Amino acid sequence: MATKKKPLPTGAGVLASTHPLPDYGAAPAQSREERIEWYRLMYLTRKFEERSYQSYQTGLIGGFCHLYNGQEAVAAGTFAAVTDADPVITAYRDHAHGLMRGIQPGPAFAELYGRATGVVKGKGGSMHYFNVEKQMWGGHGIVGGQTALGLGLAFATKYLGEKKVCFCYMGDGAVNQGTFHESLNLAQLMQIPVIYVIENNMYSMGTAVERHSAPVELYKRALGYDMLGVRAEAQDFDIVRQVSWTLAERARKENMPAILELMTYRYRGHSMSDPQLYRSKDEVEEYRKHDPIEILREKILAEGIINEKDLDSLEEKVRKEVVAAHDWALASPFPAQSEIYTDIYA
Amino acid sequence: MAKIAYRDAVRDAMAEEMTRDSRVFLIGEEVAQYNGAYKCSKGLLDKFGPDRIIDSPISEAGFAGLCIGAAMYGLRPIAEFMTFSFSFVAFDQIVNNAAQIRYMSGGQIKIPMVFRGNSGGGHQIGATHSHAPENIYATFPGLKVVVPAFAADAKGLLKSAIRDDNPVLVIENEALYGRESEVPEGEYLTPIGKANILQDGVDLTIVTHGRSCWTVLEANQELLKMGIRAEIIDLRSIKPLDWPTVFASVRKTHRLVCVDETKPFCGVSSQVAAEVSRACFDHLDAPVLRVTSVEAPMPFSSALEDECIPNVARIIEAVKEVVA
Repeated sequence: MATKKKPLPTGAGVLASTHPLPDYGAAPAQSREERIEWYRLMYLTRKFEERSYQSYQTGLIGGFCHLYNGQEAVAAGTFAAVTDADPVITAYRDHAHGLMRGIQPGPAFAELYGRATGVVKGKGGSMHYFNVEKQMWGGHGIVGGQTALGLGLAFATKYLGEKKVCFCYMGDGAVNQGTFHESLNLAQLMQIPVIYVIENNMYSMGTAVERHSAPVELYKRALGYDMLGVRAEAQDFDIVRQVSWTLAERARKENMPAILELMTYRYRGHSMSDPQLYRSKDEVEEYRKHDPIEILREKILAEGIINEKDLDSLEEKVRKEVVAAHDWALASPFPAQSEIYTDIYA
Repeated sequence: MAKIAYRDAVRDAMAEEMTRDSRVFLIGEEVAQYNGAYKCSKGLLDKFGPDRIIDSPISEAGFAGLCIGAAMYGLRPIAEFMTFSFSFVAFDQIVNNAAQIRYMSGGQIKIPMVFRGNSGGGHQIGATHSHAPENIYATFPGLKVVVPAFAADAKGLLKSAIRDDNPVLVIENEALYGRESEVPEGEYLTPIGKANILQDGVDLTIVTHGRSCWTVLEANQELLKMGIRAEIIDLRSIKPLDWPTVFASVRKTHRLVCVDETKPFCGVSSQVAAEVSRACFDHLDAPVLRVTSVEAPMPFSSALEDECIPNVARIIEAVKEVVA
């Protein structure tokens, strides 16, 4: 125990940056339907993972299972700043990124259960969700390994003159991998439109950030590469979306990369087998008071774009969808033995 | 047929494929302004410009990963390692990402790219710079591995590798870059996975690849004088390996010597010996012998180094034992 007290969200939005932030104005206003849909996707992710938590405990899921509970506004807010034509890639805590980029809950559960109907046919599991149709490029198991791939995806969009931006996600522990630093240098040197989103949940597995990183302000890693680094709060969807929009516009218009450090918190352990001896229950409870889904829920109700009754019924529908998806996945067959030898070579 | 140097064949392959397909680009250390550490990309910067011939900082993991990501998105990158000894810095990118992402994505993704560069010992550059890693990479399903020995294959295999929809490692050799050999006129491809019989023979089969082909051909001059006619097979491709050609030859000659520059433990020759002992057991008239690099890091002194990679004396000794 005995790690430092974690900073709680203040509502300040952008907390710090290495250079002045460029002014690309406010992100375009979202329609009523868009806001409700992002809320739905965040709620779906939460309910999907709560069900996954139960499934893991009852032995339905083998191997690892890393949950995103508490971090949902990071994926949602960044995704909502771009379109499904812009590539995204992440590490192994990838359920949210998959579900928010078109993977349906049925194939998502089926993958966790190792079934033939899984999103990657039972060959990848929890850590390897892919949905290339919607530019979701994984789901990667080696910490930091995806940072060079995100660089390459962004390089390709620039090479082809597409004016896109790639969001490449990573946990705070990944900042200590060499590949990340090679990628930062290459990105700035070659002016590649990639945004490295550090999902700073303040723990590298069980090692608190002040115990794993010499500079605890991770956005400052950008300084070593003359790159723009930004730190922002990430429990509020709209804060995340606005700062992501600014950096995405800059990447599109100026081909400039950036680090976006988003301060967030995971409610569950690193993986399912984590007893969380490194932090107190009080700390987790304090953070639960700043829940990203509750925050967006209150906002859209206050905005009057949906009433409580309709929102309740939307949530009820999602819960039923999750149960049905889980049941469907469990009823799905395991892959045929012949599948061992397919998809190795193109 | 005209004779050209191996390095020029490499360059011609890249130039032809870059002219043919705008998705092909080259990145690596010193490939652009310096014209390549071994001059394999001489003139390409002038011809194709800096957007397609790209000098990378010394960051093997970074630029290898960049190429894999770009290939996932649909480009057809060529990543040049100044030497494959440096590819170990990028090992995670090659074996976890290039080799396995297609599988882990359930077949959603193709990775059409090439890793190429120099390899091997014999140049007094020490143990860290002298690896022959084709056996290591060949153990990873998802990768293809080719090792051209002659200019014609340096060009034809590289062109095939660039057009292949999978990650292909084209492992070249410093000792061969300056050597000239015949190259066909006009457009041609050397198929990946097809061995080449360098000499028909009846007394034994010698299976070899890469630089060792040249050493075997040199030893062959002595063998012919001794009245031994070996069938010499250049594997060219390690993964996939042309087993039918190897097995057919052994079933004809009944004797086998494997010669290659990988290490003796779990090397390419180990694999060939194991497969032949299974598939040709009833045809063998002598134990299969292997002539490989030795079980030691590569020493610096030329007096030691020359003994550490297959040489003419060791090849002749093995052949004499097998045909005795």
